[in-house]
Amino acid sequence: MAHRDFCKMISRSKPGPGDGGKTGSWRVLRPILHAEKCIPVKAGKKACFNCWLYCPDCVVTKTIPPTIDLEYCKGCGICAEECPADAIDMVAEDSFSVKEK
Amino acid sequence: MRKDIIEIRWHGRGGQGAITAAKIVANAAFVSGYKGVVMAPTFGTERRGAPVFTSLKISPEKIYDLSPITTPDMVVVLDHTLLEEVDVADGLKDGGLVVLNAPKPAGEYRFGGARVGVADVTAHAVAAGLPPGIVNSGIIGAFSRASGLVDIDILIPAIKKEFIGKRPEENAMAAKRAYENTAFGE
Amino acid sequence: MHIIESGNVAAATGVKLARAQVIAAYPITPQTPLTEKLSEFVESQELDAQYIPVESEHSAMAVCIAASSAGARAFTATSANGLLYMNEQLHWAVGARLPVVMCVANRGIGAPWTVWNDQQDSMSQRDVGWIQLYANDHQQIIDSVIKAFRLAQSVSIPVMVCYDGYLLSHTYMPFERPGQEQVDAFLPSFTPKHFLNPDEPGNFNTVTLPDIRPGVDGTMEPGYIEIRHNLHQDLRGALEVYADIDAEYEKECGRGGTPFVEQYRCDDAECVAVAVGSLSYQLRDVIDILRLEGLRVGVMSVQMYRPFPDGAIVEALAGRKSVIVFEKALSYGNQGPLYADIKAALYSRGDRPPMQNYILGLGGREIKTSQLLDALRQSCSAIEAIDDTPRWIGLKL
Repeated sequence: MAHRDFCKMISRSKPGPGDGGKTGSWRVLRPILHAEKCIPVKAGKKACFNCWLYCPDCVVTKTIPPTIDLEYCKGCGICAEECPADAIDMVAEDSFSVKEK
Repeated sequence: MRKDIIEIRWHGRGGQGAITAAKIVANAAFVSGYKGVVMAPTFGTERRGAPVFTSLKISPEKIYDLSPITTPDMVVVLDHTLLEEVDVADGLKDGGLVVLNAPKPAGEYRFGGARVGVADVTAHAVAAGLPPGIVNSGIIGAFSRASGLVDIDILIPAIKKEFIGKRPEENAMAAKRAYENTAFGE
Repeated sequence: MHIIESGNVAAATGVKLARAQVIAAYPITPQTPLTEKLSEFVESQELDAQYIPVESEHSAMAVCIAASSAGARAFTATSANGLLYMNEQLHWAVGARLPVVMCVANRGIGAPWTVWNDQQDSMSQRDVGWIQLYANDHQQIIDSVIKAFRLAQSVSIPVMVCYDGYLLSHTYMPFERPGQEQVDAFLPSFTPKHFLNPDEPGNFNTVTLPDIRPGVDGTMEPGYIEIRHNLHQDLRGALEVYADIDAEYEKECGRGGTPFVEQYRCDDAECVAVAVGSLSYQLRDVIDILRLEGLRVGVMSVQMYRPFPDGAIVEALAGRKSVIVFEKALSYGNQGPLYADIKAALYSRGDRPPMQNYILGLGGREIKTSQLLDALRQSCSAIEAIDDTPRWIGLKL
């Protein structure tokens, strides 16, 4: 006998950026990377990448220099906290001009 | 309440193997053609050395009542020291049977008007080559002889099968010796 | 081939024949011999499975959830307080639609502490969304376990197979063990509809918003209420699926045909006794005696409690002169859960019978056949005295 199509609906979604929308607008503080202090940049090779490792939103790249996707960065500041070289500063968003924003 | 059910209560001590003995008899009874076989141990905690009993019900028809036996047709006692602690004949039907592992002659034991079958299973088991205290295989021989319910020739292979890796030949011999040396009293 | 073993071993044998792949369990009386037997099967390599000992029942179900999420056939077993300790994970397993199978050796719940049988444990879990099957004897235990795996994977809903602690778990009786080839033909390996797959990553059971919303690719994702509605509809649909599975099993193994209720001497019965589990079989002896006295009585067991087979129950009970429900569980402050469910199912029928509820056997209080005889004789011969208040059997106040 033909039965209904079971388990058609469960909580399963495709992963991808922006599952919760463009969260960059939530930010109060913006991470600014000072490349001259960044260990991989100074060493010219892959090194700590704590910023990439600890970012809860996966918006930091494992590149030299690391880049931060500000469309999704919520400004939590974990990267700045974890950076062993203090290469990331958290700067108030309102210090950036409206135009720049 | 059903008249077709033979009720056999097995008294032993925790760890003595009354359940295994009753299980072997249950298997043999089933092989002999009894469709209804239910064996129910004491429900609850299992403590080594404490008095325990196991209910075995046998019938030509399927058995539905799993409750413990209160009015047995037969009682099997694996250890005569239980007689001081437990009223093994409690509820025994008129004309019932008590099968007892005990060292003294059958005439020394009385349970109302019940038939009594006695074998010194403990001694026969040692004579068969088992370590002292293994009585659950031997008692089956005494039970077979006294009850006539299940043939010893069916029980012997069943014992060997149950005790694979645990001295099967000696256990079978213990049953055979007990079978041949069961005495009757009243 | 027939073997004589305990109910727990019957269950373990069914799990082995079903080729469970992951078993996680924490020991609790009277279930323990079941999972001990399974650990022996795994140790001796008779069963090719991972046996994962855990530190609690909550973890046992968590392991089953993880294994089932990865697509493995997962099994656990528990009783009483262990089942309740699992409760939060039970909800998760069914919400995540994982085809876990679990045996519950029914036992009363503390406090006060008890190890003996009643059915309060699994009955109290009727609303979590699991399918619940109840076995009346060892044959039904082993058959139900095998059918449960098939049902669970067919509808992606976990299944509980419940049987009376001690009365069935620890008693020995003959039952037929199906052949491995028979079971393999009946229960093929399967690929779940949704499982953790690195080639196709997904977010499972994350925070689900009250309303529907678009996913990253623009397709609409269901909200919580849609997913839960779908579970309910699937549970209702599982009734039909189980009837087919049972019929197929009957064809394969020659046993079955009563997926929802099993009736004994009910054809011309004016009064029908209803019970769950081994008690329904004990009542058969009572029915035989009352029939000799000239009373037209029968007994019916309810074998599937969730989803509730209301159609089969109404068909079996509507139009009778009386229905007497014996229960080893109670919705405290109200009535027996099965009694209330049956009453609700019959409500819309003009020919609904008067009903009486008996509560008995809690915490392993022995149920004597003579007590059942008295209760049933009284309720069947004096229908005018029937009332809606539960009566208790065997109380020594």
